[in-house]
Amino acid sequence: MSADIIISVKDLEKHFNAGAVHALNGVSVDIERSEVLVVIGPSGSGKSTFLRCLNLLERPTGGKVIFEGTDITAPRTNINLCRRRMGMVFQHFNLFPHMTVLKNLTLGPTELLKKSQAEANQKAMQLLERVGLADRADAYPSQLSGGQKQRIAIVRALCMEPDVMLFDEPTSALDPEMVGEVLDVMKELAKVGMTMVVVTHEMGFAREVADRVLFMDEGVIVEQGTPEEIFDHPQSDRLKSFLSKVL
Amino acid sequence: MAQAFAELKESFIFNFIEGSRWKYITNGLWVTLKVTFFALLLGIVIGVVVAMVRSSYDQMKDEMKPGLGKTLMTALNTLARLYLTVIRGTPVVVQLLIGYFVIFVSTTNTVFVASMVFGINSGAYITEIIRGGIMSIDHGQFEAGRSIGFTYIQTMRFIIIPQAFKNVLPSLANEFIALLKETAVCGYIGLMDLTKGGDVIRGRTFSAFMPLIAVALIYLLLVIFFSWLIGKLERRLRSSER
Repeated sequence: MSADIIISVKDLEKHFNAGAVHALNGVSVDIERSEVLVVIGPSGSGKSTFLRCLNLLERPTGGKVIFEGTDITAPRTNINLCRRRMGMVFQHFNLFPHMTVLKNLTLGPTELLKKSQAEANQKAMQLLERVGLADRADAYPSQLSGGQKQRIAIVRALCMEPDVMLFDEPTSALDPEMVGEVLDVMKELAKVGMTMVVVTHEMGFAREVADRVLFMDEGVIVEQGTPEEIFDHPQSDRLKSFLSKVL
Repeated sequence: MAQAFAELKESFIFNFIEGSRWKYITNGLWVTLKVTFFALLLGIVIGVVVAMVRSSYDQMKDEMKPGLGKTLMTALNTLARLYLTVIRGTPVVVQLLIGYFVIFVSTTNTVFVASMVFGINSGAYITEIIRGGIMSIDHGQFEAGRSIGFTYIQTMRFIIIPQAFKNVLPSLANEFIALLKETAVCGYIGLMDLTKGGDVIRGRTFSAFMPLIAVALIYLLLVIFFSWLIGKLERRLRSSER
């Protein structure tokens, strides 16, 4: 195995309802360190399930996920330790409404990484500065706009200093005018070499930032390649018809 | 009018002042408050634990692989359901009598027995209240906690329970008030609580009106006071989010 493969997915399968619904039907992919992998596909194609299997929020019914050399699907693996190194950003932000922004950001570092509150605060403020929200540190999530919430959610994941960031349709729940500010943060992140797996409907983002695009449909990878290959020279009919609907 | 007032005053003196009979009321009140306090404490502890067993089982039963863990969870869950069914399916007076005459026969500490019985009883209702609170929290909160790397228990402790607690405070207050009044049946095991105290005065003075109305008034004032206190707490918890 090459040293710079950070996540290796082998024959991943996920069936719901005792096999009645096949969300994933044997997905295999190697994700390299610092790669930006964008997953696109129609709704119900299994792309979110695929992403959620990477940190075992969804437990696969078959296949393996190997993260930094550890098979996280093995029963003996401590998934909590692995998840610390895998940041996740959700469609609906999922900030903790009963805590201030700063507390949202420092809960993980202080409780799990055993950092002092001062140390965690410093790191959090530094990151807040970078996304332009340092002045909202003492606000509660309900006082923020959608775009601000999502930027905070990204920072919350970054505060754990992860090796990979998983994005599950991060802009789908946002008002159109707020999509840009979130994508800008993600672009910034890609620029500094963060490994990212992004499920999105933002084709512009995929084209501009992705190193590789996966097109999924009916639980399998139908096509993959560079943004140029996928968007300018689609091979399969399914991809062509998908692109004709979304572009 | 003046006549009626004078009679009332006379009755008051006769029932409460003579022979220091007011002590039945104050001592009884103290017992009622003690039993309610310890029962509530025990009820909340039982409620949180059993609610976590029930809701974690419901959440994880499909995902857990067969093994020791799953067997243990299933056993705990069955036990929890049995507890809820039995406690909610029988009258608290009967539970009190069983507690005193069957289970805790060796102790004469009736405050302890009453606290245990009412705590175990209240725990069943608090379990369902807290379980409802846990279920009311968006599943995304749970996933966010787990995705950061928190264990199930840590996610419950830092993220779910604090939010659930806020949501269930009105129902919990309701249960607390119900509990306070339910303890009035303590007299069945010879515990001199507020109700029994008033009743003893009635037996001594052969006048029912004054002691019983006084007891009722004290319960009413207690409930009004605690409702006000909880309302204050509720507003304070809510204001932190705005």
